[in-house]
Amino acid sequence: MLAEFEDSARPLAGGQSLVPLLNFRLSRPEFLIDLNGLPELSDIVDRGDHIAIGAMTRERSIENSDLVRSKAPLLHEATTHIAHLPIRSRGTIGGSLANADPAAEYPAVALALEFEMVVQSVRGERRIKAADFFEDVLTTALQPDELLIEIHVPKIPSNSGWAFVEIARRHGDFALAGVAAQITLEKSSLKDAKLAVCGAGSTAIRLTDAEEIILRDGIGDDAINAAAAAAAAAVDPMSDLHASAAHRQRLTGVMTSRALKKAAARIGSLA
Amino acid sequence: MSDTMPTYIGRSVVRREDDRLIQGAGTFVGDMKLEGMLHVAIVRSQLPHAKINAMDMRAARNVEGVELALCGADLKEELPPISGMQVAAPKTWRDGMDPRIEIPDQTLVPHDKLRYVGEPYALVVAKDRYIAEDAAELVEGDFEILPSIANAEAAAKDGAALVHDHLPGNIAASLHAKTGDGEAALDSAPHRLKKRFFHHRYAAMPMECRGVVAEYDSRTDSVTVWSSTQIVHWVRREVANALDMPEERVRVVAPDVGGGFGGKGHVYPEDILIAYLAKRLGRPVKWLEDRHEHLLNAAHSRDNLFEIEVGYDDDGRISVIKNNFLVDSGAYSPVGAAIAGNSIAHFMGPYDIPHYEADCKIMMTNRTPNAPYRGAGRPEVAFAMERSIDLVANELGHDPAEVRFRNMIQPDQMPFAVGLPYRDGVMIEYDSGDYPEALRKALNGVGGLDAFRKRQKEALADGRYLGLGLGCYVEGTGIGPFEGATVKIDPSGKVMVATGACPQGQGHETAFAQVAADIWKVPIEDVVVTLADTSHVTMGYGTIASRSAVTASGAIQDSSDKVKEKVFAIAANVLEASESDLELRDGSIGVKGVPEMSMTLKEVARAALPGWIHQRPEGIEAGLEGTAYYEPPTVTWAYAANAAVVEIDTATGEIKIENYVEVHDAGTLINPGIADGQVKGGLVQGIGGGLFEELSYDEHGQLMTGSFMDYLLPTASDVPPINVIHSETPSPRNAFGFKGLGEGGAIAPPVVIANAVCDALKPFGAEINSTPVRAEEILDIIEGGAAAVS
Amino acid sequence: MTASRKITLTLNGESVSGEAPARMLLVDYLRDVLDKTGTHVGCEHGVCGACTVIVDGFAARSCLMFAAQADGAEVRTVEGLADQDGLHPLQKLFSEHRALQCGFCTPGMLMTAIDLVESSESLNEEEIRVGMSAALCRCTGYEGIINAVKAYAEQVHGKPPENRGGNV
Repeated sequence: MLAEFEDSARPLAGGQSLVPLLNFRLSRPEFLIDLNGLPELSDIVDRGDHIAIGAMTRERSIENSDLVRSKAPLLHEATTHIAHLPIRSRGTIGGSLANADPAAEYPAVALALEFEMVVQSVRGERRIKAADFFEDVLTTALQPDELLIEIHVPKIPSNSGWAFVEIARRHGDFALAGVAAQITLEKSSLKDAKLAVCGAGSTAIRLTDAEEIILRDGIGDDAINAAAAAAAAAVDPMSDLHASAAHRQRLTGVMTSRALKKAAARIGSLA
Repeated sequence: MSDTMPTYIGRSVVRREDDRLIQGAGTFVGDMKLEGMLHVAIVRSQLPHAKINAMDMRAARNVEGVELALCGADLKEELPPISGMQVAAPKTWRDGMDPRIEIPDQTLVPHDKLRYVGEPYALVVAKDRYIAEDAAELVEGDFEILPSIANAEAAAKDGAALVHDHLPGNIAASLHAKTGDGEAALDSAPHRLKKRFFHHRYAAMPMECRGVVAEYDSRTDSVTVWSSTQIVHWVRREVANALDMPEERVRVVAPDVGGGFGGKGHVYPEDILIAYLAKRLGRPVKWLEDRHEHLLNAAHSRDNLFEIEVGYDDDGRISVIKNNFLVDSGAYSPVGAAIAGNSIAHFMGPYDIPHYEADCKIMMTNRTPNAPYRGAGRPEVAFAMERSIDLVANELGHDPAEVRFRNMIQPDQMPFAVGLPYRDGVMIEYDSGDYPEALRKALNGVGGLDAFRKRQKEALADGRYLGLGLGCYVEGTGIGPFEGATVKIDPSGKVMVATGACPQGQGHETAFAQVAADIWKVPIEDVVVTLADTSHVTMGYGTIASRSAVTASGAIQDSSDKVKEKVFAIAANVLEASESDLELRDGSIGVKGVPEMSMTLKEVARAALPGWIHQRPEGIEAGLEGTAYYEPPTVTWAYAANAAVVEIDTATGEIKIENYVEVHDAGTLINPGIADGQVKGGLVQGIGGGLFEELSYDEHGQLMTGSFMDYLLPTASDVPPINVIHSETPSPRNAFGFKGLGEGGAIAPPVVIANAVCDALKPFGAEINSTPVRAEEILDIIEGGAAAVS
Repeated sequence: MTASRKITLTLNGESVSGEAPARMLLVDYLRDVLDKTGTHVGCEHGVCGACTVIVDGFAARSCLMFAAQADGAEVRTVEGLADQDGLHPLQKLFSEHRALQCGFCTPGMLMTAIDLVESSESLNEEEIRVGMSAALCRCTGYEGIINAVKAYAEQVHGKPPENRGGNV
């Protein structure tokens, strides 16, 4: 259908971002294609090394999923930061990722955990890595005729810690800065560090410099401070009513530090 | 009031409003549906300042389902503007203020130029709202953009563009007031402080936006208007005037109203336009404001810039204040100079300051009109005054609490003459209260001053930044000019009470039933209260300005007294007793000390009927009905002291309010539960304004906060622990001892928060002289060392 | 966009149907087509929560759903809370705890609170505050609302919610 209607149609997932735009008459598509009639897109399935989540899975279902809570706890924690309960009742993971709001939580988690997006069109199915998916503000690698149908979420390795921390003007508002962190130990040294930030640029951003510092220097206070400084230096936020670019930048550092400390404290806490 | 103790006044009676509201069975304007009803969408300016060259309504008119589409030119000859002075200013006040007042009238739908983003310039009437909005998008305007005036300072600049061509310098009014000799006192003061303070623009923001439904009856040539308003009688006056109808042929009703807080406290163009359309089309017409429109077009408030000079001695005793301030009134000022008048009168608060001079200019800018919102001129001056006290204390190295105590009016100085006229034209005299005691209680509420200072010092040693913020104010409440009430004893025996009060959530149906039940000594179930309906009270004023408890109760009392005279005369006649031997008791009137000699109010009502079987004595007219217009002698003075403890997160700049205490005195409380909710609700609005809520404009006058994504109201998780302690010093100015309390809570929090943050960040030399207090600015101070924010 | 279709849903336990244009929001359908005006509109962009209803068991903004999306759904609104035995316990608690003043936000508050409390096995005060921050009240300052929801959580969960500390 998306192929047939070209630019005149928009897919409607949970509607928690699109319908406000329609109500303000800021977006005015000729056609809406309601994906809510596609229940097959709302399963959370254990696929061994990853969890497959249907694009129309409600944020509420992700929040309540024992599988997500135990095998992708970062995704679980990030979900609790999304807006409010009634928004999560309707909002979907696919909708949030495809909307690519730079201040939203899921794109940061997708980058940090290296989600794989399964995308379908009449031309067939393809897979897009998270790193290639988010292109700009509200812009993804999805073609107009393509639909995001499934998301593959890698499971957390053993001996890992995770944290999603964010700061917003009020609870439930879009983040001024939010950081997703997952770190993994092997014996007593760091084997992996994954960090991404939302609210601090035109897309969510993977904080590779900060990751490298941690991997090199460990998770002592000095290394965390250095990683936080690297994170702040790596982002290029915009100013708006709620915070200046400079403020978002320094908050990115603070949130990075807090996320790393919280993640470190959680290592080994999963059964 | 009476010779026995009240039965209902003073009790937290469960509200009679609740039953329908908790079931979703209330009737708000938006819930109304009338046969054949049409729907209006209003087209609003997206430009701050523009000349209208031409309008093209053809495309809008051609949409199927559209009944009528009009622009300003179509209405120019049809409807007069609304007066710029919806609130009158008494001569004695004018004499005391030496004012020049040229508040402009407001054209309902301008045809020549647009003066703010959100101003209506066309409207569409259609069979449903969706179609009306479709057609509204097709209205074409040819506009010429004019240089815009983005704020009051820009308005005051030499050569600034004029918002109204006939107002040179963009000055709509200038006011002056003084007591003592400010210049001489400043010259001789040992110390002086000169500061700028800014209180930002925010607004009432009720959860129900505004809305109007109107219906015309051609048989009686009358119009009925249902409006989400706080002032039905003002709406009647303006509609009758605009439509050239007798007021008696215009009925205005405010059904359930979803919050007002001042934002629905004056007549708006839509109140008149919808009535006009209903009459013109002969069909019911409905207009509901959406939230975006509300943010653009419903009155904004605050937005004052002060330049203050303070003279004081080594002890911190303040001898003089000079208060120069600009009010950014936007493009109009619907209630004239009332807010600025409040600001001038309330500046000195609970302090004994012998010399004071105020100089105010109400400036016209290309912003949304500024009208009273909960506090109405008081939060602004409380901010300037209470920040000044902290700054004086800091300069001298005294504790801000101590400096407050040294300057406060002592209880033995009551009543205290301030030396300025109030808005009602009467010289201000604080009537009662113990201000130092309120501050002592507030300090105790946060654990005591010495204990806090000790804790603060210990915390600082651990790298934690705690601060104590104080804020005190007084509030003139229960202002006139009058309120009306009609009291009847119905043939059923029920006491029927109607007043001009127009509640928006204050629980008036319950509170006035309590008052009337005590006046009449009847069970509260036997009191029927009707509010916010012009057909029940001939003249009324409405619920604004913390006034209804005082003024409507006074009117109920006075009208009841008229009816009581007849009740006693008729009962004396029937019972063959002397009037002086009679008393009201439990729904009856009877002979004191003789329980079996009595008659019910129902029996008295029947005896009072006109006709062949009446039992009235000679000279007593038929019917048990009385109307009275209570004109208060002047205002009563509520007051409060606030204390809050905050902790600053020095990594993020976030403010955590650990505890907030307000000691509030509104005299005798009718319903302590309701009163407590009023004060707490006000405090949270004040906290919202102190931290989150802001109507932001860019440098061109474009509003940046057009949705709830950008205008941030406090939520349940933003509210700190709040403790309200009620003192009840009865006002000597009315029989009940009541003072008003609707606004009070909202006055102090912005300055209390600013003072607390500055106290916490004293090691960084923090000085925050503007609102809202933002985490970002706090972090700038921490990172940059000493910095003043204003 | 203006073609109408018939929408049938289960409203408060009863099957109801009515015509709705494709673009009609669920809240307008409830209020204007079904005449159930207890659900209110406060912002039309999903922030204020006045329009919150329960759709298929979960609280949702009826201003962010199209009526057509509720076709076949079970919808619960404030009108369905009281039954022949009287008010819903939470309605009584709202009045007792003075959780309302103007009453405009109240229906949305009730539906939010019911989902919050009934979809969890226990809640502390902080969780109740965060959960209830989904809906805005401009009158009360929230104290009465939080106290009413705490009391309801105690009824449903069989234990009182842990306080957040401080002087509440």
